[in-house]
Amino acid sequence: MDQFILQILNGLDKGSAYALIALGLTLIFGTLGVVNFAHGALFMLGAFCAVTVSKLLTLSHKVVDDTRTDFLGNPMQVDVPYLHDWFGPAMGDKLIDWAVPLSILFAIPVMICIGFIMERGLIKHFYKRPHADQILVTFGLAIVIQEVIKYYYGANPIPTPAPSAFKGSFDFGVLIGFDVNAIIYPYWRLVYFFFSLVVIGAVFAFLQFTTFGMVVRAGMADRETVGLLGIDIDKRFTIMFGIAAAVAGLAGVMYVPINPPNYHMGMDFLVLSFVVVVVGGMGSLPGAVAAGFLLGILESFASTSWAVSNLPGINQVIIYLVAIIILLTRPRGLMGRKGVMEE
Amino acid sequence: MSKSNFSRRGVLKTGAIAGAGLALPTYLRAEAHAGFTNAPGDSEVILGFNVPQTGPYADEGADELRAYELAVEHLNGGGDGGMLNTFSSKVLDGTGILGREVKYVTGDTQTKSDAARASARSMIEKDGAIMITGGSSSGVAVAVQALCQEAGVIFMAGLTHSNDTTGKDKRANGFRHFFNSYMTGAALAPVLAANYGTDRKAYHLTADYNWGYTTEEAIRSSTEAMGWETVNAVKTPLTQTDFSSYIAPVLNSGADVLVLNHYGGNMVNSLTNAVQFGLREAMANGQNFEIVVPLYSRLMARGAGANVKGIFGSTNWHWSLQDEGSKAFVQSFGTKYGFPPSQAAHTTYVQTLLYADAVTRAGSFNPCAVAEALEDYEFDGLGNGKTLYRGDDHQCFKDVLVVKGKENPENEFDLLEIVEVTPVDQVTYDPNHPQFQGGALGTCNPGA
Repeated sequence: MDQFILQILNGLDKGSAYALIALGLTLIFGTLGVVNFAHGALFMLGAFCAVTVSKLLTLSHKVVDDTRTDFLGNPMQVDVPYLHDWFGPAMGDKLIDWAVPLSILFAIPVMICIGFIMERGLIKHFYKRPHADQILVTFGLAIVIQEVIKYYYGANPIPTPAPSAFKGSFDFGVLIGFDVNAIIYPYWRLVYFFFSLVVIGAVFAFLQFTTFGMVVRAGMADRETVGLLGIDIDKRFTIMFGIAAAVAGLAGVMYVPINPPNYHMGMDFLVLSFVVVVVGGMGSLPGAVAAGFLLGILESFASTSWAVSNLPGINQVIIYLVAIIILLTRPRGLMGRKGVMEE
Repeated sequence: MSKSNFSRRGVLKTGAIAGAGLALPTYLRAEAHAGFTNAPGDSEVILGFNVPQTGPYADEGADELRAYELAVEHLNGGGDGGMLNTFSSKVLDGTGILGREVKYVTGDTQTKSDAARASARSMIEKDGAIMITGGSSSGVAVAVQALCQEAGVIFMAGLTHSNDTTGKDKRANGFRHFFNSYMTGAALAPVLAANYGTDRKAYHLTADYNWGYTTEEAIRSSTEAMGWETVNAVKTPLTQTDFSSYIAPVLNSGADVLVLNHYGGNMVNSLTNAVQFGLREAMANGQNFEIVVPLYSRLMARGAGANVKGIFGSTNWHWSLQDEGSKAFVQSFGTKYGFPPSQAAHTTYVQTLLYADAVTRAGSFNPCAVAEALEDYEFDGLGNGKTLYRGDDHQCFKDVLVVKGKENPENEFDLLEIVEVTPVDQVTYDPNHPQFQGGALGTCNPGA
C-alpha cells in the first residue's frame, strides 16, 4: 500500500509537468490550429530563465585574497556578488537563495514576448499550410533554440537549487500512519505539484470568467462566426500563444530544482506531451490536464522495479501503449470533441 | 580543316578512369607502396581528433580538443613544453614527429557510434589521418576502435571506462590509457569497507548499456568480496531524466547503500533525485544511508553541484595531484585556457604524447611498428606515476584515484578531494580475468 501511494505521489509531480506543457500545446492547437513542436523548447527556455536570473543575482566582482592561492599558485581572486555590496551579505544571500521563485517574475514577461515573436515572426505564415509543414518548421525552430542555448550555456546540466527552506524531504508515510521511511517525498516536488495546480486553475479561470477568455473560447468553437462579428480574433489568438508560452516557461522555471536543466530537456518532454494531448483529446483543455496526471502516474508505476522485472521495458512504452489503445478505441481522446481526429 | 585526336568516347573513358582513381580512399592509392595506410609525406603528419563536439558530452569533448591542441603545440615546439619536460622518455624534442610538423583534423562523434565511425572514416579516407584518437563513451570507443583496426590505423582511446574496450572488444590497433570498471571496483571497495564497514546492503541503479553492466559487475564483485550484500540491481534507461520512480523504493528495500552506476547526465539527475529524496540524511539498518558514484568526472560533478559532497567515487586523474607531470600539465593548460584540465583532457593529452613517442622510438609511422613500441612499454612523468602499457590487452596499468565530493570547496573547480591513491598492484588483473574474457586482440593491421 505504501508503495502504491508513493508511486501516485511520484506520478503527480511528473504529471504536473506533462499537464502544464500539454495545456499550452492544446491552447495553441485549439486556437490557432498549429501543431507546435517548439513547445518543448519553450519549456526549456523557461528553465533557462531561472538559470539566467540565478546568474544575474550572482554577478560578482573579483577581490584578491592574498591569504589563499588559486590552482596555478597565484593569489586567489574571490568572487563577491554585487548583491552583497548593495544589500549586505545576509540579504544578498537570501535573494540568491530564492533565485528560482524570483525567476517567475522574470519569466512571465520574457516568455510572453518570446511567444509573440515566435507567432508573429514565423508561425503565422504557416496557418494555412498542412500540419506536416507546421511540424517541420516548429521542430526546426526547436533545434535552433536548443543550439543557441547550448552555445551560451554549454551542454552540461547547470545546478539551480531550490531555496534552502524547501530542500530535502519529509516523511509523508508517518503523517498517514505508515512506518518510518515508507513514503519519503521531497518538499520541492510538492511545491511543484501545487504550483502547477495554481497555474492550471489560473488559465481555466482566465478563459472561463473573463470577457477575453469568453471570446477566445468562442473563437475556438467557431472562428469564422466570431470574425464576422467584427472581433479581431487573430490578435486574441496571438495573445493566447504568448500565454501558452508563458505556461510552458513557468513549468520549466519551477522544474529546475528537480533536475538540473540542460539544453536538451525540452525534447525529453515534448513527445510525451504530444501523446498526452492526443490521449486527452486534441483541443480539449481539461483532457490535456487529466491525461497529463494520468499518464504521469502510469509512467511512475511502470518504472517500479517490480514492473520492470516482470515486464522488461514497460517503463519505456507504457505511455505509447496507452496512446495506441485510446486511439484505437476512442480516436477523439478521453475528453475530445466528437468529430475531432475521427474523420 | 584540322582533325582532333580526342574522341568523345575517349574523353569520357579517360575521365571515368581518372574520376574512379580520385574517388578511391587515400589509403588505397598513392601511399600504398609505403606498406601502411596514410603514410605521411616529408613535411607534415596528420592526426585525427574524434571528439563529441555536439550532443550531451560536448563540454567534455571541448576539453579533450583543448588538450589535443595543447599537445600538438608542445610536439611542434610551442608553449612551455608541458609534460614533455617531465616525461620519462626524452626522444620528443619539439620538432614534431620524426621531423614532420604535426597537423590535425577534427571530427564530431556526437556520442553516437555511427556518427563517430563516419567522422573517423572521413578523417582516414579524405584527410589522410594516420592515427585516430578521442571519444567520451565506451560505445563510441569500441565502434571506432573496430573501424581503425579494419582501416589499418592506430586508435588511441579517449575517455572510455568499460571493461570491454580492452576486454572482449579489444583490438591490436587500439590502445587505452584510461582506467576501467574493474580497476574502479578494486580501488573503491576497500575504501568503502574502511569508511562504511563490511556489513552493508547495496542497491544498484545501473545505466542500461555496456558501460553500466561492466561497472555494476565490477562493483558488485569487489564489494561482495568485502562482505557486502547486493539486495537489488535495477537497470535504468539511458534516456531517463527523472529517476524518482527508481529512487523512491530504495529506502524501504532493506538497503543501506545506493550505488549509482551512472555517468554524465544520468549521474547528475539520479544523484540529484537521491539527495532530494533525503537519502543522505536517512538511516537504514541502524546505519547512515550512503550513496556511491563509481566513476566521477569533475565536469559532471559541477552539474550535480553541492549534491556530490561527501560521496565516494573514482577518477583517472585529478588536477590537484602534486607530481611534477601533473603540475606541468595544469600549469600549461591553466595558463592557456584559464581553468584546470579535466580527466578527459589529461588522458587525451597523454595519449597524443604516447603515440608521438612510440613513433619516434620505432622510427616509423607504420602502425605495427608503433603498436610494438607501445606494447609492454613502461613510462613515468605523465601524471599517474609509473605506468605500463600491457601488451596482452593494450590497457595501461597505473595508480587509481579514489575521490570524495569536497565538503567545503574553495572555488568552482575544487569539487573533489583525493582520498586515496590506490597503488597499481591493487588494480592489476590477469588478462584472462572473467570480467575481460571473450574476444581476442588479433594481429596488427597496417592497412594498405
